[in-house]
Amino acid sequence: MNTPNTSTKSLVIEKDMPHPPEKIWRALTEAPLIGQWLMENDFQPVVGHKFTLRTKPVPNWNGLVECQVLSVEPCQRLSYTWGALSLDSVVTWTLTPGNGGTHVRMEQSGFQSEEGPNYKGASYGWQRFIGGLERVAGEAR
Amino acid sequence: MQAIASDLFRALSDPTRRAIFEWIARDGEQTVHSLTARAGVSQPAVSKHLSILKLARLVRDRKEGRETHYSAQPKALVPLVDWMSHYGVFWRDRFENLEDLLKKMDK
Repeated sequence: MNTPNTSTKSLVIEKDMPHPPEKIWRALTEAPLIGQWLMENDFQPVVGHKFTLRTKPVPNWNGLVECQVLSVEPCQRLSYTWGALSLDSVVTWTLTPGNGGTHVRMEQSGFQSEEGPNYKGASYGWQRFIGGLERVAGEAR
Repeated sequence: MQAIASDLFRALSDPTRRAIFEWIARDGEQTVHSLTARAGVSQPAVSKHLSILKLARLVRDRKEGRETHYSAQPKALVPLVDWMSHYGVFWRDRFENLEDLLKKMDK
């Protein structure tokens, strides 16, 4: 599938890209390249490294995202915390080679507690919850 | 809007609490007793989860005799859905930037 996942309001975006994982990994982990597609930054692919993403301030937001690297598995998986406006979430990138390219998956979860090493695979996970959430919120409008 | 979403995330960060909220939202008004029977944790634990959900305005309580009945307040979720919509647009834009960059890296 070559289109972003827009079927639900869950924060998962997936796309097949006609590029090898090694190249996409560079775009996700080299600070000057990250600056070209995401925001200016001082990222380093080192677990525990704290970095800041900077963009132009807008009303009610100073344009800063405070982050910390959680995991680095070269060419496969990268995750970092994403803190903006006092709301912390976790962004996880997963690269899977296939079809002469790479399947790129980005997930942003607000439930940081489930992303750590103690995650127990709770049966009521974020994805399942969001399915119900959209239905319930739809009823509320 | 962000601060409210933050409260919601905190309230919903616990899987048991999320399950309790789902049951009430899906199956209608529930008592602490009926929720305790399903949750597999102690009644005080369920009561504590309910008080946190109530603080986040996700549930409302109503006393009837000795029992307290809890009902879901789905409107409390709207800021969370809005937050997700916002980041959905943000990331789709960034994906396009990323693909443009990857094409340039070929050259």
